[in-house]
Amino acid sequence: MNPTVHPVLAFLQAWWVELVCGVVIVAVVPLIAGYLVLMERKLMADMQARLGPMRVGPHGLLQPIADAVKLLIKEDIIPDHADKMIFWLAPVASMTAALTAMGGIAFGPSFLVARDINVGLLFVVGVSSMGLLGIMLGGWASNSHYSIMGALRSTAQLVSYETAGGLALISGLLLAGTLKIRAIVDAQQHFGVWFVFLAPVALFIYLIASIAETNRAPFDLPEAESELVAGYMTEFSGFRWALYFLGEYTNMIVVGAVATTLFLGGWLRPFPNVRWMNWLDAVPALFTAAVGVYCVYRAGKQPVRVQIWFMWGVALTCFAAALILGLPLLVAPMKFMMPGLNGAFWFLLKISAYIYLFMWVRFTLPRYRFDQLMHLGWYILIPLAIVNVLAVGIAMILESEYGWNRWLAMLLTTVITLATAILLLYLNDKRAAASSTAAPPEEPSAEDSYAG
Amino acid sequence: MQIPLDNDLTKRYREQFGAAILDAVEDRKQAYLVIAAAQLAEIARYSRDVEKFDLLEDFTAVDWPRREKRFDLVAILYSFPHNTRLRLKIPLADGERPASLVGIWPTANWLEREIFDMFGISFSGHPDMKRILLPEEWQGHPLRKDYDILQQDTAWVRENLGIESGQ
Amino acid sequence: MQDDAAQNQTLLGADELVLNMGPQHPSTHGVLRVKLKLDGERVRGTECVIGYLHRGVEKIAENRSYQQFAPYVDRMDYVAAVSNGLGYCEAVEKLLNVEAPPRAKVIRTIMTELQRIASHLIWLGTHALDIGALTPLFYCLREREEILKIFEKYCGARLTTHAFRIGGLQYEAYDSFEKDVERFCKDFERRIQEYVDLLTGNSIWIGRTRNVGVLSAEDCIALGASGPVLRASGVKWDLRKAQPYAAYEQYKFEIPVGTNGDTYDRYMVRMEEMRQSRLICLQAIENIPAGPIMGKVGKVLKPPVGEIYHSIEAPKGILGYYIVSDGTTQPYRVRIRPPSFINLQALDKMARGHLVADVVAIIGTLDIVLGEVDR
Repeated sequence: MNPTVHPVLAFLQAWWVELVCGVVIVAVVPLIAGYLVLMERKLMADMQARLGPMRVGPHGLLQPIADAVKLLIKEDIIPDHADKMIFWLAPVASMTAALTAMGGIAFGPSFLVARDINVGLLFVVGVSSMGLLGIMLGGWASNSHYSIMGALRSTAQLVSYETAGGLALISGLLLAGTLKIRAIVDAQQHFGVWFVFLAPVALFIYLIASIAETNRAPFDLPEAESELVAGYMTEFSGFRWALYFLGEYTNMIVVGAVATTLFLGGWLRPFPNVRWMNWLDAVPALFTAAVGVYCVYRAGKQPVRVQIWFMWGVALTCFAAALILGLPLLVAPMKFMMPGLNGAFWFLLKISAYIYLFMWVRFTLPRYRFDQLMHLGWYILIPLAIVNVLAVGIAMILESEYGWNRWLAMLLTTVITLATAILLLYLNDKRAAASSTAAPPEEPSAEDSYAG
Repeated sequence: MQIPLDNDLTKRYREQFGAAILDAVEDRKQAYLVIAAAQLAEIARYSRDVEKFDLLEDFTAVDWPRREKRFDLVAILYSFPHNTRLRLKIPLADGERPASLVGIWPTANWLEREIFDMFGISFSGHPDMKRILLPEEWQGHPLRKDYDILQQDTAWVRENLGIESGQ
Repeated sequence: MQDDAAQNQTLLGADELVLNMGPQHPSTHGVLRVKLKLDGERVRGTECVIGYLHRGVEKIAENRSYQQFAPYVDRMDYVAAVSNGLGYCEAVEKLLNVEAPPRAKVIRTIMTELQRIASHLIWLGTHALDIGALTPLFYCLREREEILKIFEKYCGARLTTHAFRIGGLQYEAYDSFEKDVERFCKDFERRIQEYVDLLTGNSIWIGRTRNVGVLSAEDCIALGASGPVLRASGVKWDLRKAQPYAAYEQYKFEIPVGTNGDTYDRYMVRMEEMRQSRLICLQAIENIPAGPIMGKVGKVLKPPVGEIYHSIEAPKGILGYYIVSDGTTQPYRVRIRPPSFINLQALDKMARGHLVADVVAIIGTLDIVLGEVDR
């Protein structure tokens, strides 16, 4: 045989699972991100007393497909003096970072892409911050004054909030003791409780930091429409813009997955070790079946025949899913599948809740001004995160060396951190009051040519 | 409808400025004083400081082309403490440059620019005397009675489109 | 020369940047061009370039009869057309020395107050949208839809209504007018509470609007700013109370006043004004007098020679009409005192020393409509 073929075949034989998973991620995740966009539009519409996309496909379900097609067939406009190579590279870099980060996450005990990297969490967080490169390159390559300003702002914002988020993750990692994704969730199972109940402030800080990291409202000044500078994405049209946009939503999924893994118990059900709560194992199947029943009920109320069929189709899909989820419970030999299937269900549920929170916050709150944003990151979140790390560390020492009750120790942690938070906010208020009573902005001089 | 006015306010103005107050009239229960352009700044300052007309509610002009002094500058003053209004009318000849009221009421800035734009009355002492509503290169002053929009339109079309306007 | 150099000195000795918020911009509420002189992010001066929507309304007036000109007036502040019409009709009525009958006055008052609420709703929605809150806009438009339905039932139009005629009204209040207005007003209190819940206590909102665009009372009066801008700076003055017109002296309502003259105060003042307008409507519909709706006005209007100035408290400020009649059927000169035009002058003073992101908030809080600025 040709000497080069053999090593290649050996490689494929060893790594074919991971390769297939990689291909699936690159193929499927953009589609999922597209449907996440549709979900957001529908949720936004619901909170704003309107309907959202309804035209394309039943209830607007084909909207992402239509959007993708439209963006693909759009004219590709490249600004005159833009650096062509980097202009091409920037959105690709952003999307690549997000997709690669997806490769490190596990949706269930057996759904791993990479073979459980020993620095799993660090890998995910680190690679997803490579998206910064895409933003910076995009701003630079556009050769537009306003794009650079937007890119710089966005970069500064991301860097600041990565720090705060990373520190918050450290508190969780102290409790887990390891960076391996699977081991983190196993540690939570071993503890018998999700880490959020032991270190709630850490999740809270990470929540705010991740909203800022993904450039979502209320931290979306760099890319807001009603701002002077439309941001680093201005000059990108058509599919290049779509890559940026999908990269942002994929980042949301990644960040949600990190939070779920570390704080919300990953693929564990609530109360994972409590025996009398074992009935919770039936919840995934029952939940899906209940959704199916609701669809059947609504199918009767649809005005148009094609809508009735559609609802029935959705109902049948739900019942099929319920069957799959319920199989391990009903058929004894299939019991080994339960942690995997149910785990996937719980994981997806938790990510959905996290992302729902993102969207809810976006529709409700106004936008922070850039200096207020940076102030929040550096003056409030980072000190709070540092104090939290120290407090969790102290609590763990108290538990292991001095034999304190774990819950008592963690309660102490939370109290200390909350006290720090109150102190920081109080200082912030005092500083804001002081600056408002300070000298007013410079008075215009008498001969100002811009008077009037 | 116009009856001559001789209330306390008019008496005070006449005392202060004598001949500069050319006429005092009440029309449909609204008072106005016709004053000489030369004393505009002093009368304005007096109105604001002594008579407490602290708001320049409006400042505009009217074109009476057949008069010798074709323009009538009209300043509408309002007093918050007294809750009264007063109109000042200043007859101006074409080309005369009245004093700007920006130093007394800063709101006059854009109002005077609009008068300049629409009537061609240039104010002396204004920090930024240029057109405000029409583009910089516009010819003519539209609110003058001898300004014909049709003529302007045909000229523009001829110049910019190179054809004869069909109007 | 040295003075110029000293004035243009910035931090790090960098050049001053002139940034253009062009006529096409999502937040300038129309075709407004603002040239910002920046030092980094700080605004050192602004220059407004207006006139993109100038239609020569005052010149047109000289070639129309008094009744023919009335629809033009709606198109200036197109967001609050009814109050424009009120000012014009009352001005011409004063010129003719006629008065609208009591029934017409009351219905005019109700319509104008509903229009005030509608105008403030648009202001609130767009202002919140500029600052980043996406949701209040849709809630405000939902409420405004009810008001526009009432207008449509009354005079057939939603936006440029031409609701009033010189001498009174043309259309009688339709059958369920009082019921519709009452239902809207009763529902509206709960809705205002929704906006208050979303925005008033929100620390991000307060952070974006407190101490932004401060205008003192002296500056307001000197610059001629009127309406909620004036009241938010502490001057408790409302033309509906100072020199009542239409049927306003019959109704009890408060004048909301602010303390700091910043954007937050202007927000609170306009919210309270919406509440007060609702109260006026409720009081008015309890007792609409019976009687004719049109005064003694002939078909051809030839006011005696003379002039008149009449102003009303439009939602944006003092809207004044100065009409000169030469005895013919067409006015000799119509001058419209536009509140938005004069309020916009204050932009320069308010924006100095603030960040670029605040300029958008300040333009929003002035509540300008370019149709009125440019006429």
